Amino acid sequence: MTDAIVNPAKSKSELAIIIAGVARDPLGLIGLIIVGVIVFSAVFAAWIVPYDPIAMNIPDRMQGPPTAHLLGTDQLGRDTFSRVIMGGQVALKVALPAIFGAMAIGLTLGMIAGYGPKWLDNFLMLLFDTIRSFPTVMFALAVVALVGPSLQTVVFVVMATSIPTYGRVARTQTLTLRNSEFILAERAMGASIVRILSVHMLPNIIGVLAVLVAMDIPTVIALEAGLSFLGLGVKPPTPSWGALLKDGYALIRQTPWLVVGGGLPIVIATLGFTFLGESLRDVVDPKLRKNR
Amino acid sequence: MLQFTLKRFALAALILVVAVTIMFLMIRAVPGDPVSIMLGPRATPELKARLIAEMALDQSIPKQLLLYFGGLLRGDLGVDVFSGREVTTIVFEQLPHTLKLIFSAITWSAILGIALGCFAAAHPNTWIDRVAATVSVSFIAAPAFVVALLSLLIFAVQLQWFPAIGVGEGFWDTAWHLVLPSLAIGLSWVGYIARLVRASMLEVMGESHIRTARAFGLSERRIIGIYALRIAILPVVTVIGVGMGFLLSSAVFTEIVFARPGLGKLVIDSITTRNYPIVMGAVLVSTGLFVISTALADLINALLDPRARTNA
Repeated sequence: MTDAIVNPAKSKSELAIIIAGVARDPLGLIGLIIVGVIVFSAVFAAWIVPYDPIAMNIPDRMQGPPTAHLLGTDQLGRDTFSRVIMGGQVALKVALPAIFGAMAIGLTLGMIAGYGPKWLDNFLMLLFDTIRSFPTVMFALAVVALVGPSLQTVVFVVMATSIPTYGRVARTQTLTLRNSEFILAERAMGASIVRILSVHMLPNIIGVLAVLVAMDIPTVIALEAGLSFLGLGVKPPTPSWGALLKDGYALIRQTPWLVVGGGLPIVIATLGFTFLGESLRDVVDPKLRKNR
Repeated sequence: MLQFTLKRFALAALILVVAVTIMFLMIRAVPGDPVSIMLGPRATPELKARLIAEMALDQSIPKQLLLYFGGLLRGDLGVDVFSGREVTTIVFEQLPHTLKLIFSAITWSAILGIALGCFAAAHPNTWIDRVAATVSVSFIAAPAFVVALLSLLIFAVQLQWFPAIGVGEGFWDTAWHLVLPSLAIGLSWVGYIARLVRASMLEVMGESHIRTARAFGLSERRIIGIYALRIAILPVVTVIGVGMGFLLSSAVFTEIVFARPGLGKLVIDSITTRNYPIVMGAVLVSTGLFVISTALADLINALLDPRARTNA
């Protein structure tokens, strides 16, 4: 995660400064720890889980905690704890590609809008505004209704709905930078547009976008879980947190621990990423604080 | 102001036109024959032929789009494939339930959020402020549907203080049924509004008319509650308008969790029965609602703060 947040153009020592800055802030430290634990357990999930998260074991079904199963079992006898851990992996598998895809596309379009001709800017802005005018979940439901539920659909919806946010921020940054002296100097020396945007603009924009990424991850995790809860996200038997909530909701009187097991990780993960994002924002760009 | 209003509504109309076009093209871009997809397993040749004629699928795409817009202008969103009822009627039957939920949620969260924000601004950088800030961030981070599920589990299933499903009858019963759902939707707004009010309040407190009020010896409570709040509350109006999309989104989940009627329930049910015209109709109506409320928020903001008018 840290690799992704950090500006690749900045030196290693600057990365250390940013992390140290986040860790000094108590909330930032909590966020860092939570995110660290989630990433760790997602990466090493296969070694952590005590049971196969999708193996059914009907005789042991609907056992409340604490038994041999730390967090009990669901209606098919699957181990809740294992499903919670694996669910973290699924959540990141959806969130990370979707967010970084959206950032890459939004960044490119936003820089083009900010640097290119006025008509292109107007066109892209209209497109961004239109996409933002769909209530996210409603848009997601429309897409799911058309192409059917799957992990790819969720990734697509998240990308489509987040591109405008990144695009707008990238555009604003580009607009403020386009007349700065170092860009004018580059242009006078005959640098191509591609070179100006990728070598000179990009490093100045990406820091702000990195903060947005950290802030967006919880939204995406919640959206994936929400769609899976409705049965319109990842397909069973994939152990998503949303799927856990779905099973728990259906049998809320018999297996309430499923609702807790699916709900708490989402709350903790959103808290962790939000704390981290807030603290990162203050460290990377204190000016942003006022605009929120 | 008139110019701003016209410009803003022209933009809103343009956005709606593009949005409808995108939705329309999305349906057409789905691989396969749209009629079979819409009707699903229920596709009989007669039903198919009827739907093709109704949706003018035998015409060219631009012509279809024009016909569709023509229908929209007349308030015609198509017909329910199965019951034959007007989609517009069905959607507007459900809309009031959703609006009631959204408004109750935003009302309680705005009141609490503003109070919390004022309180934090009155004691800046004390431990009270810090606790309020942490609580705000934590509330903001809580996704509505998780709050809905957990509160359903705790307060309706375990403690049985509140009803778990339905909307109730009569005023008190209805209000009672609204408590948990609007708690779920409003919780993140409390944090959001509190932070917003705190920030803008601190800004306003530094301005000269507040200093004057202080110099006249008015009580701090009076200054914050009357003179500063009047200005500090402006961003809240905008944010609620712009937040209509989030409110609608969280209403979808909350309606499902608490088995309440409304747009969300309508859409989900229609997806399961593959009743496309209803899904599209409901999505368009909610998008329209969102676009209009964003435009209204901009207008109110411009009306109250002349500086905002230049950004049109």
